[in-house]
Parts: sequence; structure tokens; C-alpha cells
Amino acid sequence: MEKTNFVINSNKKIASDVYEMKLSGSVKDFTAPGQFVNIAIEGLYLRRPISVCNIEAKENGQGELTLIYKVVGKGTEKMSAMTEGTVLSLLTALGNGFDTKRCEKSALVVGGGVGVPPMYGVTKKLIEEGKKVTAVLGFNGAGDVFYEEEFKKLGAKTVVTTADGSYGIKGFVTDAIKIMETEGGEAYDFDETFACGPEPMLKALYNATDITGQYSFEERMGCGFGACMGCSCKTKYGNKRICKDGPVLVKEEIIW
Amino acid sequence: MVSLKTKLGDWELDNPIIPASGTFGFGYEFAELYDINMLGTFSFKGTTKEARFGNDTPRIAECTAGMINSVGLQNPGVEAVMEKELPKLAKVFNKKVIANISGFSEEEYVYCAEKIGKSDMVGIVEVNISCPNVHNGGMSFGTSAESAEKITAAVKKVTDKTVYVKLSPNVTNIVEIAKGCEAGGADGLSLINTMMGMRINLKTKKPVIANKMGGFSGPAIFPVAVRMVYQVYEAVKLPIIGMGGVSSAEDVIEMMLAGASAVQVGAENLVNPYACKDIIEALPGAMEKYGINNLYDIIGGAH
Repeated sequence: MEKTNFVINSNKKIASDVYEMKLSGSVKDFTAPGQFVNIAIEGLYLRRPISVCNIEAKENGQGELTLIYKVVGKGTEKMSAMTEGTVLSLLTALGNGFDTKRCEKSALVVGGGVGVPPMYGVTKKLIEEGKKVTAVLGFNGAGDVFYEEEFKKLGAKTVVTTADGSYGIKGFVTDAIKIMETEGGEAYDFDETFACGPEPMLKALYNATDITGQYSFEERMGCGFGACMGCSCKTKYGNKRICKDGPVLVKEEIIW
Repeated sequence: MVSLKTKLGDWELDNPIIPASGTFGFGYEFAELYDINMLGTFSFKGTTKEARFGNDTPRIAECTAGMINSVGLQNPGVEAVMEKELPKLAKVFNKKVIANISGFSEEEYVYCAEKIGKSDMVGIVEVNISCPNVHNGGMSFGTSAESAEKITAAVKKVTDKTVYVKLSPNVTNIVEIAKGCEAGGADGLSLINTMMGMRINLKTKKPVIANKMGGFSGPAIFPVAVRMVYQVYEAVKLPIIGMGGVSSAEDVIEMMLAGASAVQVGAENLVNPYACKDIIEALPGAMEKYGINNLYDIIGGAH
């Protein structure tokens, strides 16, 4: 973890209520995709935790972070109005992130809504490590879809679902996965799942496949770095703090 | 050269800054960031007889200039604290600590105080009779002078350690409770714990926090804390650790002028993990600005 200032390079709307912010600063402490930052926002007391979508590392530990967030409250509303050049205080490299090494050859990457952004960083790392990635990205409707092209550019087989059927496969991510399973063979040859999204999506995925996996969870946080016990959850391996011991839990430890 | 030194009874502290219980864990998260030996001391996470998971989530809500928490005394239990947490803490902290304990009955307070009092690392046992987040979780002991006196006396009987009682602001008259603790033999007082608060989500039209209500803390409650420290200082002869919304060196000076011998910093640690370090480093400049050479000399200076 590092407490450090970042400068906003760009901040633009990329889907309905969804924004992509790029910021420059020190990225030296990040160790894994799926980690998050906690952002101080003027006029609000608590920092706002946002997962990291992508890191472009440059020299001397500096780099550019991409954050994708949905406007859901006061904090994200203020963020959406921020302009280029604004300086923000961030706590960086929070949480454990995904362990891409657990995947040997072929990964099923699943993202739902604003759970999609961290899956971009995971996909990028898996592909860098020479692994095959099938990315299933779920959204509510066509207006909510983002980053389909970016996943394709990384080299992932990318499938988009929408709940209302206005784009891609109609239904949830698990419906797309069922189709792959029926097809069988290479279409459903995965040795690890990586997932982030709303809890009902994670639970449906958990029940829909036998593949081992890592699931990233969300919870309201106080500090974001393990001090306040605001975001605790129970696991088969004991009590964990979503912010410090998570947000990524392995499938074996989740109690459902 | 200004002096930041202060005293809690016979215990001389290098400076008055003490991270408050529940906002600093057992210190390790912060020890990764800076040398926590620069602190006056710190008060570790509230400990109970049995291990507790605490309340359901969400446990946290944002407020104007503050936050509500309803953690519900999550802790591994006093035995695990002594066997696992304190030895780990000893590796990163070489001063004595404040052991914050809670209970659901007099027997539980006594049990925890007796156990934790045996640790050489403990300088003060801070008896929390004011947790707002668990049913019957101590706060009932902190809302009447008689029960506060009884718990204090019972704890004093089983430990040789210095005993501070942590008071709730959620009472009609905090001075009466403070007097009860004094009558029970308390060596000092810590005040204030969080204030009962609540937020409602306009989208779901339901309370934000799973436990509905929680403890409100942060800069918004600072004036209430100053007022209560001021009132209690006038009424009892015990040293006071003042807390509630402290977030700057100026706040520390104000709290000490009200009557605090040392000052705890709580919620601010959660939004700025360097808060205590920043405050300690800012104190000499703030003291010079207000013509203060020796912090110890200003305790109760506003009276």
C-alpha cells in the first residue's frame, strides 16, 4: 500500500453512467490484477474504493492507472465531474488480487457490469503468461456494454451477454457458459475461473460450474486496508476482511 | 525546543497521540507504513472473553464530516489476543499498550481484565462500558453511575494494572457516570466513545447499516467531545484521555486545553493511515504558533 497523489489524464463516459478515468502516479506497490485503490474525494469523509482496470507501468515505478466506475452515489458522481489535471490522493495496491498462476492453460474470465474492469487486467496478465482466455462479459442492456473491443484486442475470445437481449447473447453470463458447456471440447476446456460482478452473478456462476476459481467480492468499506473490520466476511478458512484478505476469495473457501 | 511529553498518572508518554481502539487493529497494518514507536502508545482492538465475528455487513455508512460503524466488537477473544496478537505486536512496538476490553456481563469484564492484566505489554486496561454496537454490549453498564461504579470496582479488584474506563456520550449526564467510575476506583477516564447514529438509503428506503444503528464518529463530533471532556475535567480528579473527531494538531491542543492529558485519534486513521504520524509531526509547529512550550502545562488550561 502506498498513499500517493495521482493526476487525472482523462475522464470520459464510455457507457450508460459508466466512466473511464486514467491517472498518472506511482504504481510501484501493485502486485496483482484485481487489486483496488481507495480515493479521497473532496467534501466526502470516507475514501471510495475502486478496482483497477489496467496499469501501464512506465519508468521508476511510475505509470498510468485506468479506473472504470459507475455513478451510483455522491462519490462517483463527484468523480464523474472531475477534469484533466485534477490531483487525487489515492491509497494504492489494496487487497490481494487474482493469482493468475493458478491457471495452467486456459481460463474462463467472467465479469458482470462494473465487475468487468478488473477482469481486463486479469485477462491481460493471463495472455501475457501465454494462457488462453475466454471472457464472458455480462451487462443489463446494449447501452451498458463497454470494453468488448478491448478484451478482443488482448486476444481473448470474448462473449457478451445482456439481460434484456438488446446485445449479444440474451440472458446472464451463466446462460452463455451453458452454451459453451453444451458445445463442449475446446469451447469448455478451462482449468480456472476468474470472476467479478454482483453477488447473485457470482453465486450463479459458483453453482453453474465445477471449475475451480477465484471470485472477487464487494463490500462497504471503512478504511480499505484492514484496520477497521468494516468489511469482514466468514469463509471456510475463517473470518476475512474483504479489503485486506480479499477482495478475491478462492472458490473452495466461499460459504454458499 | 518545545516538549510534547505528557503523563497518564505515572506513565510518561513521548507525546499525547494514541490511536483509538478499533481504528488501528493490533498495529501491524500501520507498522508497514511507518515506525509506530513514534506514537505515545496505542489502544488495541476491543477484546472480549469469547471470539466474536461481530455484526452483519454493511457495517459502515458515510456521513457529513464523519462515519457510522457497526462492527460489533469483532475480535479473536482474549486468549487468542494474548497468545497470537501480542507476541506479533511485540515485534513492531516496544512501548506498553492500552488493552481495550469489553463484556456482556460483569463476569466477562473481570475475566478479560484478569487475563490481559497479566501481560507485561499492557500499560493500561481500558474498560469499554460504552460500545453502542452490541445488544447489552457494555453500554448498559455505561449508562448509569451505579453500574459504572460496580464494573470499575470489580475490574480493579482483579488487576494491578492502571484502569481507565471508556465512557459513552449517549447518556443524559456524563459527569454522573464519570463520578461513578471515580468512586469505583478508576485510575483515569477515556471519553468519548461514538455517538449513536443512523443513515437511511433513499434508494432502498431502508437503513444503510445491517444493524440499523451504529456509532457515529469523525470531525463532526469533535465539539461534543470537547464539551464533555471539559465538563468531566471539572467534576473529577482523574486524568482524562480525550477523543472524538480529533483530526489535527490544533484539535489535540484544544482537547488538552479542555482537560485531556492525552488524546486518542480514531476515525481519522481510516481515511488517512498516516493521521497520527502527521499530527505528531505537526504538533511542534502548532504549539509554536500558539505560544506553547510544554504540552503538559496546557492540560485543563481552558478552565
